[in-house]
Amino acid sequence: MAAHDEPIVTARSLTKRFGSFTAVDGVDFTIGRGEVFGFLGPNGAGKTSTMRMLACMSSPSSGTLEVRGLDPARNGPQIRAGIGVVHQHDALDTELTVLDNLLVYGRYFDISRRVVRERARALLDFAQLGARSGDRVEDLSGGMRRRLAIARALISEPELVILDEPTTGLDPQARHLVWERLYQLRQRGVTLVVTTHYMDEAEQLCDRLVVMDAGRIVAEGSPRSLIDSHVSREVLEVRLADGVHGELVARLRGEFDRVELLADRVLCYGDDGDAMLEAVHAHGYRSTTALVRRASLEDVFLQLTGRSLAD
Amino acid sequence: MTRPLWVRAFGSWIFRYRRTWRGSVATGFALPLLYLAALGAGLGTLVDHHVAGTAAVASLGGAGYLPFVAPGLLAGSAMQVATSEATFPVMAAIKWERLYEAMLGTPLRVGDVLAGHLAYIALRTGVTSGAFLLVASGFGALRSPEAALALPAGVLVGIAFATPLVAFAATQHDAVGFNVVNRVVIVPLFLFSGSFFPISRLPGALQVVAELTPLYHGVALARSCTLGHLAAWSTLGHVSYLACLAALSSLAARRSYRARLAP
Repeated sequence: MAAHDEPIVTARSLTKRFGSFTAVDGVDFTIGRGEVFGFLGPNGAGKTSTMRMLACMSSPSSGTLEVRGLDPARNGPQIRAGIGVVHQHDALDTELTVLDNLLVYGRYFDISRRVVRERARALLDFAQLGARSGDRVEDLSGGMRRRLAIARALISEPELVILDEPTTGLDPQARHLVWERLYQLRQRGVTLVVTTHYMDEAEQLCDRLVVMDAGRIVAEGSPRSLIDSHVSREVLEVRLADGVHGELVARLRGEFDRVELLADRVLCYGDDGDAMLEAVHAHGYRSTTALVRRASLEDVFLQLTGRSLAD
Repeated sequence: MTRPLWVRAFGSWIFRYRRTWRGSVATGFALPLLYLAALGAGLGTLVDHHVAGTAAVASLGGAGYLPFVAPGLLAGSAMQVATSEATFPVMAAIKWERLYEAMLGTPLRVGDVLAGHLAYIALRTGVTSGAFLLVASGFGALRSPEAALALPAGVLVGIAFATPLVAFAATQHDAVGFNVVNRVVIVPLFLFSGSFFPISRLPGALQVVAELTPLYHGVALARSCTLGHLAAWSTLGHVSYLACLAALSSLAARRSYRARLAP
């Protein structure tokens, strides 16, 4: 953990405005070297705007930012030489082959053709695309494209890799393969910065994360500490036979840590899910379905950012 | 020795071009061949027959219609190639394929992305103009060793059109505007800027308008090269007009690229 203490990104009062709209509203955070750091938030929370500033692709409207020990306003190219970016939309060259995508990209970093070729071969194996190197990107599945985008971001052997929603739109198998590869990068000491709105992704990958909402950071910590400090240990999801959910919530109020009414069920937060279910039954309610589970980051997220849709 | 950042962007366009150049070279030779056969060798014989012995001979440069129309077509083609390269591919690089976004995740800056793309368009118009000159010389349409200078003249025309057009393209959200530009600007310029007939044939007021258009200066420049009529002052005038247009537009292009790519 010692390496994590040395910051690779430091942001103070970081703000991004587009005209009168404030996308990122004075956020502070520090990312340690070798850490996997997550930005979690609903659509429009300011994650991508924050990412673009971290990647030195857009300049802050105010506040200070230091990346790799340098000032993005003055040393953009130098900073980006050590960063790999996986764009939300892959931004691959679909007319070129898989291998050519890596060759072209490596040349942006002025890496010699010979070295780019060597690295490209190794990276395609890493991304399980070795057999597809001569295929056009157009013919690849979404999961393959994402893996290619990740391989491409690694061509310059960056110390910091920024991934904007790395598994959005992928099927479960493809997601797990991406997570596995990101885990391997972490083992090699690469710092990863990930935005996501998937709670399981944040829980799986991140050492530490911030939850963003409406341009601000509303919580910060490790996935476990966020769960511990914002929600109870267990959650009971109960659906009643006669649908009188509102009545149940009124009866239970104050009895558990928190009770939440949803359209079709009631969520009860407490230390012991089974005991909560017994209490529900003791009040004389009959449940059609009852699920006891551990509280997850999703519960934290929903509690912090609300259940209403952002867009 | 590290390569300048804009050269890396330029290099990536060449890399892509190397994968697809065969098709563009084929059309690069086919188009001048068709144009010169139809207009120079076909229509030209009729024109030459008609104007023989009249004062109109001089207005065609004194060498017949084929040598007159060839440089006009060269400059017009340079404009058209530059236009197609500076519109749809820019939209693709911004929005459809997000090539620019990929570049901006590397050490390249917005200005490098812009300069690299413009340099590539200049190269493309150079290749087109070169092909045109080769075909034109096969037709016997070049009347001076200075004709080789029509190649840089074609490149200058290309840059002068590409720069304002990329500036415009970066402000667009779909391709509708490109079709409008083509119909309202490019096609009329192609037809009325002196490529096919001397602008002295236009009604007085329109002559002045024609003289203010960039393609007129491009055509006049290319024509003075291929006919061997280069004169210091008029050449300087044409070159500075096109160079100023490119220089001023490049400022606009930097603004619109920055607004679009790194707001």
